[in-house]
Amino acid sequence: MAGADIRLNGAEKHFGAANVEIVRLDGAEKHFGAVRALGGVDFHVGPGECVGLVGHNGAGKSTLMHMVAGTLTPDSGTIGVHGAVEDNYSVSRAQQLGIRCVFQELSLCPNLSVAENTRINHAALTGLGWRRRAANLIAAKLDEIFPDHGISAADIVGDLSIGRRQMVEVARAFTVTRDRLDLVILDEPTSSLDAHTSGQLLAFVRRFVAGGGSCILISHVLGEVLRNADRIVVMRDGKVVASDAAAAFDRDRLVAVMGGAEAHRKSAVQAAAKAGASPLRVRARPAGQMDGKDLVACAGEIIGLAGLAGHGQTDLLLQVFAGAARAKAGIEVTAPVALVAGDRQSDGIFPQWSISENIGIRSLSRLRNGLLISPRREAELADFWQKKIGIRTPDMNNNIFSLSGGNQQKALFARALGSDAGIVLMDDPMRGVDIGTKLEVYDLVREEASRGRTFLWYTTETEELDNCDHIYVFKNGRIVANLTRDELTEEKIIQSSFGDAA
Amino acid sequence: MASLKALVTKPWIWSFVGALLVWLVTIAFTGGYGAGGMVTAALSLAVFTVIVGVGQMFVITLGPGNVDLSLPANIGLASAVAMKVMGGSDSMIVVGLLAALACGAAIGAINYLLIWALRIPPIIATLSASFIIQSVDISFGRGLQIKPPPGFADFTNWQIFGVPVLAMLTVLFTIGAAIALRRMIYGRSVLAIGQNIRAAWLAGVNVGRVRFLTYTLSGALGGIDGALLAGYFRGANVDIGNEYLLASIAVVVIGGTSVAGGKANVPGVWGAALFLVLLLTMLNTFGVSAGVRLLLTGLIIVGVITAAGGEKAVR
Repeated sequence: MAGADIRLNGAEKHFGAANVEIVRLDGAEKHFGAVRALGGVDFHVGPGECVGLVGHNGAGKSTLMHMVAGTLTPDSGTIGVHGAVEDNYSVSRAQQLGIRCVFQELSLCPNLSVAENTRINHAALTGLGWRRRAANLIAAKLDEIFPDHGISAADIVGDLSIGRRQMVEVARAFTVTRDRLDLVILDEPTSSLDAHTSGQLLAFVRRFVAGGGSCILISHVLGEVLRNADRIVVMRDGKVVASDAAAAFDRDRLVAVMGGAEAHRKSAVQAAAKAGASPLRVRARPAGQMDGKDLVACAGEIIGLAGLAGHGQTDLLLQVFAGAARAKAGIEVTAPVALVAGDRQSDGIFPQWSISENIGIRSLSRLRNGLLISPRREAELADFWQKKIGIRTPDMNNNIFSLSGGNQQKALFARALGSDAGIVLMDDPMRGVDIGTKLEVYDLVREEASRGRTFLWYTTETEELDNCDHIYVFKNGRIVANLTRDELTEEKIIQSSFGDAA
Repeated sequence: MASLKALVTKPWIWSFVGALLVWLVTIAFTGGYGAGGMVTAALSLAVFTVIVGVGQMFVITLGPGNVDLSLPANIGLASAVAMKVMGGSDSMIVVGLLAALACGAAIGAINYLLIWALRIPPIIATLSASFIIQSVDISFGRGLQIKPPPGFADFTNWQIFGVPVLAMLTVLFTIGAAIALRRMIYGRSVLAIGQNIRAAWLAGVNVGRVRFLTYTLSGALGGIDGALLAGYFRGANVDIGNEYLLASIAVVVIGGTSVAGGKANVPGVWGAALFLVLLLTMLNTFGVSAGVRLLLTGLIIVGVITAAGGEKAVR
């Protein structure tokens, strides 16, 4: 009852009406190049409500949340806050209007202390003694959310573990000075927290909502959303496909609405017979693996690396990549290796170069005629892959940035598949790629595997694992489960991802 | 018309336009007197900037932070080594040149060793190396000017119809450098590293070897430059390379090579070197004092880089 009173008082103070929606988006659309991230989304959050937001990776959840937080503006559609349409919505405007966001990518400055990071969000903390006041503010909030957190406000953020950084990030979002606080977006807030602190956070979220605040909770742990949200919104391929009271959902209905795993299962090619007979291509043990488990890949196999993002999958791929160049302990690689980057801009693309040059760089020694690189052979390689993989451009001599994101990614696939590599490492390469391109690439990967190429495929999209012969689930830099495709379910992966490492 | 348009969009064209303008202004001032001699002198002097400029260009193309500041000290030491080995005897010219080349290459290799093994930024590594080289040079040369063999001095000053032979050979060398840049694995690798060193590694480029080769190449070119300078100016001394610190970087930048790395331009190095030499000649002809000359040189370089930079942004 006390909570209801506070809610009424708070709302009346601002509006004189209790049920004005905090935020409302109508017909929001967003395109990144040729990729449609959001296609006309209606979305709203009411006061004192916890909205659960679920959907597969790439469904558009993060894009939608960036709009609510003001970091992205919609290409079309309107955004309204507290009942008034906002034309020049921005991060600072969102802050004024009481909307905060805890993003997946940790946004704390690693070189500053916890207190100094708190000051960044609170312009009101000025004058002498601001550091002490910021410290008191954040310490009180940490105590409230995570009792016995063991973090000092004077700690430098870079020295904290990832879990503790996440705790600071969450606590900071709930601190209040001058600006009001109505809505906090929590984007995968528990992904780097252990079960105990996750429980503390979710209990606090319930208290916050009971006190009249609102939350948007994004989580891939469906149980968390089912237990803690009042209403659940399901997204798929850039659209809202369902929105209903949490009580109206159960796990099976959520999974069915999200789509994916079951529907695509039949399309995967049966390839069970070939394992065992073919020669070994990779045997690798993660650096932190104590129990002697290895990742083993034979010629012609597609091996999936699953688990939550950033739990050692990329590190293992890089270990294998480095192990191909020079011998490393725990790594055995018996064929040339090529890597398809997932983070195109930082790991893949050469921005000054044409599409042909970007494809040819991995195969320069084969493109030579004597000492010199033959422009004719380079063009032949590029043209062959343009046809094979369907890179949509009038001229392969155009700059690589003339392509859409998905086609840039195809060029990176062409670079790896056009090389002499017998082993292709894929570092979650389908980020930001549209579904049409994905299906084309899946077919190509299976075709190349049937010709004897080995693929190590790290993906954050569970349905992609249906293309794999064998799946290793990673947690905290270690292999915690080893599944064949027949054993694969999303639940199993999530269980292994969250279970205690044996 | 289309080819003219294509020419205008080449970043290196502006350095040649600048050189031409400066030359025209100067001969307009002298009333046409000494026009040919001025070109000959400019070619002779530009050669030395071009040789180290090409080395510096490959280094700068490796990406932000990569620069070889040890070139002046390197030139000084190599000139002394070359003259000592030649010992004033024509029969030892080739041996002396090889010694200068080896000396420069060793300095370049040590530079990269410092950068790689001690993880020092290239600016600091090459700068500290240059102090060490300089002290070695002072104790080795004892501050004496050592004369070149007469045959070598004649060779470096040899002209055919007013065109220095050294300039012709340097043109051939720069054509080779341009081919290496565009058509050889080495050049492609340098360009890839300069654009994105991590992506280059992940695309299978042998990053360590290419960077080692590049610093060694820059050092070797500094070494050969030192020997040629000692021949041309008829004597080696410690300070002979001093002006090539700024000049080597300036010709790279004016010539249209990106300071951010990944984009290099060989013809531009020639244009920029001619521009700088002619600019100096022009200011000398005008009879301005040394202070004003330096001031104007600085301002004009800034102006040219700004103009060329604006051109790039439009493209």
